[in-house]
Amino acid sequence: MLETVLFVILAVFTVVTAVLVIVQRNPVASAIFLILTFFSLAGIYLLLHAEFIAAVQVIVYAGAIMVLFLFVIMLLNLEKEKRLVARSRLMKTVGVFLGVAFLIQIGMVFQQVLLEGTPGNFPPGKVAALGNTQVVARLLFTDFLLPFEITSVLLLVAIIGAIILVKREI
Amino acid sequence: MVSLSSYLILSAILFSIGVVGFLLRRNTIVIFMSVELMLNAANLAFVAFSRFLNSMDGQVIVVFVMSVAAAEAAVGLAIIMAMYNTQKTVNADEMNLMKW
Repeated sequence: MLETVLFVILAVFTVVTAVLVIVQRNPVASAIFLILTFFSLAGIYLLLHAEFIAAVQVIVYAGAIMVLFLFVIMLLNLEKEKRLVARSRLMKTVGVFLGVAFLIQIGMVFQQVLLEGTPGNFPPGKVAALGNTQVVARLLFTDFLLPFEITSVLLLVAIIGAIILVKREI
Repeated sequence: MVSLSSYLILSAILFSIGVVGFLLRRNTIVIFMSVELMLNAANLAFVAFSRFLNSMDGQVIVVFVMSVAAAEAAVGLAIIMAMYNTQKTVNADEMNLMKW
């Protein structure tokens, strides 16, 4: 019961703040609402018993990535947008239409196929006994070792790319 | 007990909000925020499936998605900075040159 109430509150908060992100004229306000969205998503991850993901969500998303966004917004010193959305009426209609079509499409898929596939070998009780973070870490360094190493290369490429892009002369 | 489909519907709604924001807004920084929203919707679906399928693989994938999102934000914001330095705008409609 408590879980359902918490889920409804967090879900409504997530959707409302997500809508506020895309209707704000001021980019700083958008960023603040996006941080609130991330926080409520972290709460939903806690409801799903993904404690490690919830912590990483707050630290990496709400912390690191959004600070980067705010930093750039304030560095660029933008004024408020006079025009919120695209100029042409065609683009507006097509945008809203595509969004609604997407929602209906995804909803139909979710109605038809639910939970096909074989259950894995980590039932909630076992994960709780071992500790969520430990299970994720063990998988990360055994089954997912190659993707993990490739991620480090990806981050290195991103660092080099970001420096080269903003440097005036190389 | 909240069912799997409630989580998936929330994920679908978040993703659609991200799509609408991406298509309608003209400020490139807000467009990037919409992309982050869509990535988060995917993460939510991953975590929900991993919970209801008794598998931890979904949560590991979410860690990778987050690192990709961090890399994407760093490079994307660097592109926006470079664009602002030369064009003095962050409006997607006015960014119509591949070189300058």
